[in-house]
Amino acid sequence: MQYLVSVIDDGAGLATDSEAVAIDAFNDRLKADGHWVFAGGLGLPSTATVIDSRGAEAIITDGPFIESKEYLIGFWIIEAADLDVALKLAADGSKQCNRKVEVRPFL
Amino acid sequence: MSAVDVPEATTQAHREEWARVVAALTRRFGDLDIAEEAAAEAFASAVERWPADGVPPNPGAWLTITANRKAIDRIRRENKRGDKQKEAQLVFDDQPQPPGAIDDDRLRLIFTCCHPALAMDARVALTLRMVGGLTMPEIARAFLVQEAAMGQRITRAKAKIKAARIPYRVPSAEDLPQRMSGVLAVLYLVFNEGYLATGPDTGPIRPDLTAEAIRLTRLLHALVPGDGEVAGLLALMVLTEARRAARVSPSGDLVALDEQDRGKWDAALIAEGHRLVRERLAARVAPGRYQVLAAINAVHTSARDVRDTDWSQIVALYDQLARLDPSPIVALNRAIALAELDGPEVALAAVDGLEDRLAGYHAFHATRADLLRRLGRTPESRAAYDSAMALAGNTAETAYLTRRRDQLGYLPRAPKPPMLHETPAIARPRANGARRLGA
Repeated sequence: MQYLVSVIDDGAGLATDSEAVAIDAFNDRLKADGHWVFAGGLGLPSTATVIDSRGAEAIITDGPFIESKEYLIGFWIIEAADLDVALKLAADGSKQCNRKVEVRPFL
Repeated sequence: MSAVDVPEATTQAHREEWARVVAALTRRFGDLDIAEEAAAEAFASAVERWPADGVPPNPGAWLTITANRKAIDRIRRENKRGDKQKEAQLVFDDQPQPPGAIDDDRLRLIFTCCHPALAMDARVALTLRMVGGLTMPEIARAFLVQEAAMGQRITRAKAKIKAARIPYRVPSAEDLPQRMSGVLAVLYLVFNEGYLATGPDTGPIRPDLTAEAIRLTRLLHALVPGDGEVAGLLALMVLTEARRAARVSPSGDLVALDEQDRGKWDAALIAEGHRLVRERLAARVAPGRYQVLAAINAVHTSARDVRDTDWSQIVALYDQLARLDPSPIVALNRAIALAELDGPEVALAAVDGLEDRLAGYHAFHATRADLLRRLGRTPESRAAYDSAMALAGNTAETAYLTRRRDQLGYLPRAPKPPMLHETPAIARPRANGARRLGA
């Protein structure tokens, strides 16, 4: 079972050096314990571009699709047997990256 | 068994066997929907067939076998499930439990229904349905919600359990205390709603809900007899329930603890509560908050007359409680007890210090009103009663406050016995509806 662990930022911005070190160590633990699938950090919402190609031509818009105080700043995809395992890992991840996270199952 | 006994036997079987049947089916088929539906069908069959065929010698076994058959029928009917069904199964570990651990599917069921990843109202509804066996209309009525909305709440919770893979498992020893306290919060919320109904649209006290909460807590206590907080919550509930008959006057207003006819208290429930509290004291393990609250109630119910109450012990217990739960509600209740020990002036100073955090809470104003009354500060007392009434939602409580306010005008001020507005308190089941336990 795979879960998406979204990292939610509310203004702190990109990870500091010490946060980055803690995140690396957490990633190593995920790999060692067989929970690692993928992870990544994202640029700030101001670097986003929205494209809507459902019509005749693609319409390109600057900025995120939704303006909000809280936004996605990174994510993990983890392998976990059930939600209790996933929540435990996510709690550790939240501590290490110093931000709140959301856990959602893949279909 | 004679025909007369059949409805009684059916009701009893429902009460005793529902959770067991649902729990066993959930484990076997890995699906709460199938388990719930098949259990309901099996009980419907019992209602239909027992009057004609007689009550089977082992009703539980009959119900389990019938429900299993119903579940298999349903799975066959929807044979498209096949492998997909296997995939969607709830996860549970089949590893042998360590020696001494309790292996009961009902415990798994309780922890799954009360999982912290579910919203509180969903946990309550799911627990009452899956463990308590209440019907959807009964649960909807209990919480004054439309039946369709309640059905949706339960369906959504079950869908999340499946999709997010909330496991069907008793938590590990490391997680157990925290998860157990989540379960107890659900049971206590149900009890509290019955103890002092939130809204004006029901009776002020709802014995069906307190009885259901006690029944479920008894079940949990039977499953984990060594858990001190479970025993503590059960003791707290029975000691509170014991006072029910004395808590509302014939005219429908609440009767404060100091004015209650203690002869109306239920001696058997008090004895049970005291026994549970003594057992916890003998265990010599640092008590959690439910155990301390139970102890406070044990002190109150030990006094045959309010004047015999051991106030210094009650204040000491509140001090202990405040260390576990430094909430302003606990501080408020401590101040009420302090008024009996050190007088209303000292208590009022303590209460006034809580204004920042409790100004929106009716009991804060009711407590102030009473202390001001006892100090002879009548106009201030009247204003405080008005504030309390504006915030109170429970009809009997409003009636009580109105009576107390209206007595201000013509009662002699001094030698009235102290009003104990209600005692121990805690639990904040609603966003702004801090609740108290006592009276």
